Amino acid sequence: MDRIKQIYNDEKLLKKLQEDRDISIEDVLENEMVINMGPQHPATHGVLRLVLRLDGETVTGIIPELGYLHRGYEKMAENMSFIEFIPHTDRLDYLATMCNNVGYVLAVEKLAGIETPKRAQYIRMIVAELSRIASHLIAIGTFAMDVGAVTMVMWTFREREKVNSIFDRIAGARFTTSYTRIGGVASDIDDQSIAEIAKFLTELEPALVEMDKLMLSNRIFIDRLEGIGILPKEDAIALGVTGPNLRASGVEYDVRRAKPYLFYNEIDFKIPTFTQGDCLARYFQRGDEVRESVKILRQCLDKIPQGEVIANNPKKVLPHKTEIYSKMEELIHDFMIINFGINPPVGDTYFSVENPKGELGFYIVSNGSGQPWKLKIHSPSFCNLQAVSQLCKGAMISDVVAIIGSLDPVMGEADK
Amino acid sequence: MGLEAVLQKDGFLTTTIDAIVAWSRKSSVWPMPMGISCCAIEMIAAADPKYDIARFGSEVMRFSPRQSDLMIVAGTVTYKMAQVVRRIYDQMPEPKWVIAMGACTSSGGMYRSYSVVQGIDQFLPVDVYTAGCPPRPENLLNALMTIQEKISKTKARDFKNRSLAELEHSQN
Amino acid sequence: MNTKELIIEKVKEKFSESVEEISDFRDDLSITIKKDQIVNLGRFLKENSDLQFIMCKDVTAIDWATRKKRFTTVYHIYSFKLNYTLRLKSNIDDDPPTIETVSPIWPSANWYERETWDMYGIKFINHPDLRRMYMPEGFEHHPLKKDFPVLGIPGSLPLPNKAD
Ligand code: SF4
Repeated sequence: MDRIKQIYNDEKLLKKLQEDRDISIEDVLENEMVINMGPQHPATHGVLRLVLRLDGETVTGIIPELGYLHRGYEKMAENMSFIEFIPHTDRLDYLATMCNNVGYVLAVEKLAGIETPKRAQYIRMIVAELSRIASHLIAIGTFAMDVGAVTMVMWTFREREKVNSIFDRIAGARFTTSYTRIGGVASDIDDQSIAEIAKFLTELEPALVEMDKLMLSNRIFIDRLEGIGILPKEDAIALGVTGPNLRASGVEYDVRRAKPYLFYNEIDFKIPTFTQGDCLARYFQRGDEVRESVKILRQCLDKIPQGEVIANNPKKVLPHKTEIYSKMEELIHDFMIINFGINPPVGDTYFSVENPKGELGFYIVSNGSGQPWKLKIHSPSFCNLQAVSQLCKGAMISDVVAIIGSLDPVMGEADK
Repeated sequence: MGLEAVLQKDGFLTTTIDAIVAWSRKSSVWPMPMGISCCAIEMIAAADPKYDIARFGSEVMRFSPRQSDLMIVAGTVTYKMAQVVRRIYDQMPEPKWVIAMGACTSSGGMYRSYSVVQGIDQFLPVDVYTAGCPPRPENLLNALMTIQEKISKTKARDFKNRSLAELEHSQN
Repeated sequence: MNTKELIIEKVKEKFSESVEEISDFRDDLSITIKKDQIVNLGRFLKENSDLQFIMCKDVTAIDWATRKKRFTTVYHIYSFKLNYTLRLKSNIDDDPPTIETVSPIWPSANWYERETWDMYGIKFINHPDLRRMYMPEGFEHHPLKKDFPVLGIPGSLPLPNKAD
């Protein structure tokens, strides 16, 4: 009580409170309002901050502000060897860790000219697709939660947990996997993992049908998304939008098809596209991509060959731990690689892979030493976020949440 | 506590105010999920059906600091974000506790770089540090139980004189 | 004629004097052009009906630290028609570094150039909104320059006080 009295006796504070009351109804109706959303807001998917200018409930202007999760990856990459950077790629798009791992090592392999055994490439494909499924499931779940359907997030997390346990078995970690190595993968996958993946796939399909039933019989969900946040094809290209968001606008561009890496050219799969380019299309797009991934995974499991999972290239590829401890030659190579790096030739390369969020590219400049001179990460979420200002202009304030959810940004890679 | 068992026998219960307050505080810790990056996903996983944080009375994740007593800082805190984290912490009413989830919040983790705060204890009082990158959901539950233990030792009057730090700001 | 030859021929036809270097490393074609021609080249590549590089994927820079032309800006552009990613480069020799913006040609370059300004301190002339992308406004340094330490400069970024 004393405290309250004290506050009421405080003239400075009282005056402040008084000033606040001096808003008349005319001001409110005539003036535009500027509000702040984030960085701590459940619907901004991390730490995105938006400053909105509102006229009534209509958004007249919107400015995204990034950088709340800027961790300085590119600077750190310049100060560590190529191998050391692999764990950092996990934390870029932390919903699809394996995809980042695969993308990064492929980029380094392209730069250093390392051949990888076929079995390793197939394993990479399997884990990347599993990761894609996990990421899209979360995207769908959180998107549904943003527009008010909380059940969905529980269901999608239930399915995702299964992927996590598979990764736990394959890589030893639930989701910060760091599984790939330059020249291969850390360890082979065993028959039980393959059986688990097959089991997961059979369970996933009915679950997807169930989820669709839940969402698509929900009028509110459809009404809140249909025709909201339309991104025309030309604008999508001009703004550099990538991945599912680009395809939902009707551009049939997928790096797996446009510039096949790994063994995607041996696999038969479709690239789903939609033409509407609204939030609902982006929702469907992700669902369809999950189904395609299931198809890809089935084929991979059938086709996976036997053989080595790491290249035999002692000067560039780290030997296995057990060999380091028991053989002199391997110990020396390990020492050299750890201390001096893999020394790719002088030059620069750009390599991109199709991540769940879009095209993830690595532009690496090498000066011949063990550390990259420059490593630029072209992150899909960053590109997709650039469309926010255009999409939200003229929308209602409640649509902003739906639009951001449908773009599915992950701030870890948008901010780098 | 097996409340029913006691009540069935005699129909009443003698205890101290401190004990009952501490007990109720501890069994209904409402977390404020300060999900910043990767660890946030594991924090959500702790709330999902497999790990089910509801068993510890903490399923009510409140995104409003006003309604919560435990801040779980999950993710890398950059200098830019530190201001926001602190402001949100200041808005939480007393009594309040903080879990530093993951290596990043505890010590900067793998990010020894110009933009990452090397440990949130530089600007926040932390109660429990959780190791791991990310900590598995079990580990987060362990941290929660540690907090509960800590809370069970508090007395009702411990927080009498604490004020909202925010009020001080607005007065100046 | 394959894609690369087509691009080289078209570019040489029009910009033979300004092209400084054409390199092809690991199947990546990269064209280095004089700084004052970058906008013209960009516009040409976008508008030429045989090439149609309509998407800008990335803009970044390289800090060479010791070279006389210290910075190089790097652009990655993509053509759906040719299904090809082309790299353009341009060396900057003035101090403080400046270059003309390409955001009128490719709107997506807007944020990429802001990021490059934030990280390298390269000023993009005529850029519509050249603010920092990641670091807070008021931060004085440009982190990706080679002379900036990884651990930063102590005290350059404020922290809130620890009460209690
Ligand atoms: S501790 Fe690891 S998982 Fe957690 S936020 Fe930091 S990097 Fe991400």
